[in-house]
Amino acid sequence: MTPQAPAAGVARRAAETAARHSYGKLVAFLSRRTRDVAAAQDAMSAAFEAALQQWPLQGVPASPEAWLMAVAKRQAIDAQRRTATSDAATDDLLLLTPVSTDDKDDTSRAIPDDRLALLFACAHPAIERNVRAPLMLQTVLGLDAAAIASAFLVPPTTMGQRLARAKAKIKQAGIPFRLPDREDLPERLDTVLDAIYAAFTQGWSDPAGLDPRHHNLSDEGIWLGQLVAALLPNEPEALGMLALMLHAHARRGARRDASGAYIPLAQQDPALWDTALIDEAERLLHQASALHAIGRFQLEAAVQSAHVIHRFTGHTDWAAVAQLYGALAELTGSPVVEINRAVAVAECEGAARGLQILDSVADDPRLVSYQPYWAARAHLLARSGARDAADAAYAQAIGLELDSAVRQYLQQQRNGLQPS
Amino acid sequence: MQYMLMIYASEDAENAMPPAEMGAIMQAYGAYTEALTKAGVLRAGERLRPTADATSVRVRNGKSEVLNGPYADTQEQLGGYYVIDVPDLDTALQWAARCPSSVYGTIEVRPIWEM
Repeated sequence: MTPQAPAAGVARRAAETAARHSYGKLVAFLSRRTRDVAAAQDAMSAAFEAALQQWPLQGVPASPEAWLMAVAKRQAIDAQRRTATSDAATDDLLLLTPVSTDDKDDTSRAIPDDRLALLFACAHPAIERNVRAPLMLQTVLGLDAAAIASAFLVPPTTMGQRLARAKAKIKQAGIPFRLPDREDLPERLDTVLDAIYAAFTQGWSDPAGLDPRHHNLSDEGIWLGQLVAALLPNEPEALGMLALMLHAHARRGARRDASGAYIPLAQQDPALWDTALIDEAERLLHQASALHAIGRFQLEAAVQSAHVIHRFTGHTDWAAVAQLYGALAELTGSPVVEINRAVAVAECEGAARGLQILDSVADDPRLVSYQPYWAARAHLLARSGARDAADAAYAQAIGLELDSAVRQYLQQQRNGLQPS
Repeated sequence: MQYMLMIYASEDAENAMPPAEMGAIMQAYGAYTEALTKAGVLRAGERLRPTADATSVRVRNGKSEVLNGPYADTQEQLGGYYVIDVPDLDTALQWAARCPSSVYGTIEVRPIWEM
């Protein structure tokens, strides 16, 4: 073992820790001042590279974050000087702390947290919807484009191009790095929350993490949700979304059996649910409801909360669930919500009532290729004894499902249909 | 940053408007232009004659072809523009939303290519 080895290990770990904790903060700080996210990321990569070279020789600095910031800032300024004349952004950068890597005051000078501003820029309505979540994951969490591409089921080159285009748009169109004005905030916050939730649910197509090529993003989604909830503690929908994610995440261990087969919620073993996460979700939901502004995510979290009652009473309060979906349907006008409401209503008022609700949205062209619609339809048809119609609906649902475990579950349901 | 606000609206719909309604819109445009001026953001702005008065030209193989009408026949037509100088896209979008035609037409916001 060479004498450098332990020092190199310590330095590498320090760099990795700093990267995990500071990447988004430093990229946000630089982006906000240069409006150039791609350049900010390049500067950060260069800073981490320098850290890995220098820290093993010179020791880990007292404030790794400030050190990285100083190097990244120099990189950013140099890059800007190479491409253009010095402008306001460069001057701005020069004035800002920290000044140098050996500035003793650095540790006391906090780098402002601009990550919220960066999130709002990434989820700006001027950015294509399907790239908002990937952009957040790359810029705030430092995920590499290949991992993001695998989670979103697109080729890495395609994802790389989308991300590059979006960053160019931020720069060229002048998308701001700041909190939206009061009147725009609710709408803009919706786009941020939607994108975070999209990142979270992206992980679900492989909830067991069985496919090593498929990067599961649930943890990243929750991390971003916690960040927004911490930075905007008085926004009820931010709290509601985090509650929704935690509720769903709490049941991840119960959603599959040992062989990987899918278990629907009604048959899950509550002992496998994560009670700490459920408690945290319930606490957030209470905190949100005290702010008296109901919204989509709070209602969806409330539905999850009603399912959790199962744990204590042994049966789900379907009437409450149906009522919550009713409120959600009124708020969003979404046919997807109507599907969930139909299932809940069927539980308390009978399959025929549920089928009526499904019929009322059947004309929506989006539902033809929407698996949950056909699965719900098959389930309710089976319960009302319409065997042939149920069989056809199951076939449609199976044909549309991506997840093989869910496919298998639906196939079992289909095989179990009683002859009429 | 400078942005061009391009005002697209249906000429047919505007022609079909009762004079009182058109009058109200013109008044609103007067107030809007004044607000832009007072805010110190207005750089340029004009109303365009209808596309029926447009003539297009292109040169192919050294020969110029003159065509009657606008570049493209669309449902809504470019009817005017403003150039404004504001700090960022959100501010530009806020001004665009205040443009009187935004309630029945569409305002396209394009950054000016800085030279």
